[in-house]
Amino acid sequence: MDPRFLNISNVSIRFAPRAPNVLQSVSLDVARGEFVAIIGHSGCGKSTLLNIVAGLLQATGGGVVLDGREVDEPGPDRAVVFQNHSLLPWLTCRENVRLAVDQVFSRSKSRAERARWVDETLALVRMEHAADKKPGEISGGMKQRIGIARALAMQPKVLLLDEPFGALDALTRAHLQDQVMQIHARLGTTVLMITHDVDEAVLLSDRIVMMTNGPEAEIGEILTVDLPRPRDRLALAQDPRFLAARAGVMEFLYARHRNPADAA
Amino acid sequence: MTAITSLAPAAPRPHGLARLSPAPGLLAGLAWLAAALFTAAWPDRQDVDRSLTLAALQVLGAGWLIAATLLGNAVPRLGIWSRSVAAWAVLLAVLVSFWQLVTAKLDLLPLPFFASPQALLEVYTDDWARLGDSLLHSVLLLAKGYLIGAAIGFATGVSVGWSRAVGYWVHPVLRLIGPLPATAWIPLAFFVFPSSGSASIFLIALATSFPVTVLTWSGVASVSGAYYDVARTLGASQRFLIFKVAIPAALPHVFVGLFMGLGASFSVLVVAEMLGVKSGLGWYLQWAQGWAAYASMYAALLVMAAMCTTLITLLFRLRDRTLAWQKGLVKW
Repeated sequence: MDPRFLNISNVSIRFAPRAPNVLQSVSLDVARGEFVAIIGHSGCGKSTLLNIVAGLLQATGGGVVLDGREVDEPGPDRAVVFQNHSLLPWLTCRENVRLAVDQVFSRSKSRAERARWVDETLALVRMEHAADKKPGEISGGMKQRIGIARALAMQPKVLLLDEPFGALDALTRAHLQDQVMQIHARLGTTVLMITHDVDEAVLLSDRIVMMTNGPEAEIGEILTVDLPRPRDRLALAQDPRFLAARAGVMEFLYARHRNPADAA
Repeated sequence: MTAITSLAPAAPRPHGLARLSPAPGLLAGLAWLAAALFTAAWPDRQDVDRSLTLAALQVLGAGWLIAATLLGNAVPRLGIWSRSVAAWAVLLAVLVSFWQLVTAKLDLLPLPFFASPQALLEVYTDDWARLGDSLLHSVLLLAKGYLIGAAIGFATGVSVGWSRAVGYWVHPVLRLIGPLPATAWIPLAFFVFPSSGSASIFLIALATSFPVTVLTWSGVASVSGAYYDVARTLGASQRFLIFKVAIPAALPHVFVGLFMGLGASFSVLVVAEMLGVKSGLGWYLQWAQGWAAYASMYAALLVMAAMCTTLITLLFRLRDRTLAWQKGLVKW
């Protein structure tokens, strides 16, 4: 297992020449197949970090290397699921997924193979029944599932989730978290997920990266979640290791690095 | 099987549609029959030839209304149609009868300015060939100019919205020339172009292209950056971004431009036909005025209105098909 499959080294970024750095020397190594959550208060720059990995933003200093190749532009080896507006509204769900599949596998798979692959991925998130609907006709949770299906369909080296369940109700969120865990277990995808939900971070990830408040945000602490998989949310609710990890993150976020908006 | 059939009679209308009352449709049919009787039986004071034809048409209309109403239970679409047009049908019967009363029947309004319905009908029965030919020429001329103008406007709008360099060069030209009414070019166009036909095509294209350009441009410029981010993370090329993201996302704006362009093209079409082209409905109007054939003018205006509204309806149909994903569309 390559411990430096995704290598973020000394990444700094600022949005204007004289402005302070939003991120200050962020370094993080993610192993192949690892599930890493990044947590922090709003405005700490966690989405900025994800966008740098995605290639949508260019770091001012430092760089990102994925599987031996430096990241300098967006590409299908790093699939992103955004919090919302991930789907193109004028295409059906199937067409949204097919767009990505055609883009990535136009040479390596035949037309029929690609069509079958699209259906398989839709089945993976159990969305075959809504395949021919437009995004405007389905619920927010379903849209996120299609977004995840599209990301997985590209067979990316790393899956980047930017608060993917942030806009969903608690029940739908739990349901999708379970689905993501199953998919991760089955495909062994490397995942980098932004979240502001402590339970979600502990439940899903192998490591939790806690960010300090911006500007000049940096990694404050990294917590290894030493819980066996598969994980069951009901059983974990009583598990002392789960509670300890949860308490550790809470302590970081609410005692040592309180939200600047509350502190004032 | 028995279980199902025993349930079925309880709900003869499973879709829960309330049974439409046939009364309004039948009333409208009767109103048209009465109007037909009035047309045929009341003696004409003006010298008109087509009273019996008009009455026959009114009977046909009445028959259609009544038939649609009676078939309404079997064919729901017909029933809904007859119900929705019933009030208008009654009003039309009354209006046409009143129009006849003050023209053909009592001769209260001066001829030839106020033509009777019979006189209009006579234009259609006797001069349909010339009217039809004019309509055909108008539609052909409009189609050529409009399609050229829409294509140029669309391409210009996309390039201006997409490329800063193109925008730099085209924007000032657009600002200077665009707001000028296309009709202002008429003297120049008829002088420069080899034929009045090609000049008219140019003018119609010009009138169409300005709103299409501006709205396509604004559509492309206002596409949410999130869509581009999504597409770029799929590894999209520039080509992909333009054709699969920018253009589909801009289409709602483009259709507004096409609609405005169509309106502008109508007015240029008519003016061009009145001033230079020797065919088409505009020319027909002009020609009818020269002969003081006011009935022909009214008849031509009616045809023109039908043409314009049909074309706009077609455009809206196209939009509804293309933009089914968009919510809150206005119905034409």
